[in-house]
Amino acid sequence: MGSTITEKILANASHKKAVSPGDFVVADVSYVMAHDSTGPLAIESFYKITDKVFNKDRVIIVFDHFFPAPTVAGATMHQKSRKFVMDQKLSGFYTNGVCHQLLVEKYISPGDVLVGADSHTCTEGALGAFTTGLGSTDIGGAMATGKCWFKVPESLKFNLTGSTKKGVYAKDVILSIVGDVGAAGALYKACEFTGDYVKNASVSSRLTLCNMAIEMGGKNGIVEADQKTLDFLEGRTGKIFKSDKDAVYEDQYEIEVANIEPQVALPPVVDNVETVSAVEGRPIDQAFLGTCTNGRLEDIEVATRILKGKKIARNVRFIVSPASEDIYFAAFEKGYLQDLVKAGATICNPSCGACVGRHEGVLCEGETCISSQNRNFTGRMGDPKAEIILASPATVAASALAGKIVDPRDYV
Amino acid sequence: MRAWKFGDDINTDVITPGRYTVTTDRKRLGEIAFIEYRPEFAKEVKEGDVIVAGNNFGCGSSREHSPVAIKAAGISAVIAKSFARIFFRNSINIGLPLFVSEGADKIDDGDEVEINIKSGEIRDITKGIVLKAKPLPEFMQRIVEKGGLVNFLRSDGYDNV
Repeated sequence: MGSTITEKILANASHKKAVSPGDFVVADVSYVMAHDSTGPLAIESFYKITDKVFNKDRVIIVFDHFFPAPTVAGATMHQKSRKFVMDQKLSGFYTNGVCHQLLVEKYISPGDVLVGADSHTCTEGALGAFTTGLGSTDIGGAMATGKCWFKVPESLKFNLTGSTKKGVYAKDVILSIVGDVGAAGALYKACEFTGDYVKNASVSSRLTLCNMAIEMGGKNGIVEADQKTLDFLEGRTGKIFKSDKDAVYEDQYEIEVANIEPQVALPPVVDNVETVSAVEGRPIDQAFLGTCTNGRLEDIEVATRILKGKKIARNVRFIVSPASEDIYFAAFEKGYLQDLVKAGATICNPSCGACVGRHEGVLCEGETCISSQNRNFTGRMGDPKAEIILASPATVAASALAGKIVDPRDYV
Repeated sequence: MRAWKFGDDINTDVITPGRYTVTTDRKRLGEIAFIEYRPEFAKEVKEGDVIVAGNNFGCGSSREHSPVAIKAAGISAVIAKSFARIFFRNSINIGLPLFVSEGADKIDDGDEVEINIKSGEIRDITKGIVLKAKPLPEFMQRIVEKGGLVNFLRSDGYDNV
């Protein structure tokens, strides 16, 4: 009986020949990450276990959820994490991007095991690594020991074939999948994305797919590393694992992506997915482009193509947060940010920005935001009577232009 | 112990909205549990009460603030048809007992409930029914018995796993 990529990586990291779903293993972790929101609790747990991190170059702290601090409480949280960074002499401390994007750009290689105190740590699996989100105490334990326990998950295979139609993107593909599978449909499972659509997709689009594995309850998202991955890594090497032909999957989904239309997820849950036509014409107050889901260069490029030389609607504020400093600079050098500002956009620092509702675009009662992020939960971006609708960067940009939700295919 | 009933897919933004979690103060977190979704909860919950929910309880963010807030509010255990993965681990790690029971539906809001934490037997006194929770895998049981991951790592560690 063969093994999946996820099983092979967990076997390798726990020094076993093979593992099976349901096995409990203790794996060596390649990197441990916490951010400004989850870090302080992790640090409290860490100091109850020991006083020295297992490796100062493999414990990474990122301030992205509320940086620069918008409140005194936020500044106090930062102070706690900053002291930990200094006391432990950590080499990896960043304030210039969303944690997952920075990890993808600077650290993760195929075959790695990453644990992060953020649920969207499933994102980095797009590079062929096992990456998963955990809570603060687990992360404190991993900072102390360099190890973590896992129950080996069953794997689900998503075989994506064909090409998307014009105006349809990876975000529409994954929203469609989440709608079909449901918010708990992949609970505890490894979500492996494969097929010619995935092979042809950019690394950026693969990251978008893996990012939303958690929205189906998944433990990790994963894509087999290939030449495109290695080109992206620019010299970083790793160990490429491939699923065996006779690997066992609990379930297999066959998806022809040409059948997918632009999608939206309506509040209050991510699996409440419809085609954009269901809400076409609905007025919006805010459009947000950014996050670990869709804040990369190709996302900003799509938005710029729609908005260049035009003006967004007067009733809308359009907020753009590039996912990292590298993306920010690249978008600037290409003139995208200048074009977006001229169109009426507000550019924020590379961070999670408005997605977590703490600053840089908070909503009040009765407002609607269309966003390229991954969650539309009640109260996430501000008042609990505000509504969040999830969509692709193209749908977000076209809707900002129109002042209401529109089908992006009329604009691209 | 009173049962506080919740539905399916109760997410971490509902339990502890992100705007209120910029703290590690347990007492404060206990006061904000379900602050917008069910504002009476934190005011009326009594020490020892239980939460009863449907599928995928605790989905969404990895924020440990959610189980911490539930525990700090006075909740002694959560019974659900299923739990989201990270919430499940977080609860075990901080010593908040969780029980997976398909029969959670049968319990209504306000019912008087008794749980035998050791055996996983759930007794709805109001209805006169007994439910059985799925036992935890042996490895997780060891962590629970130590009172959470921190104590487990301090005493046993991973060497003997």
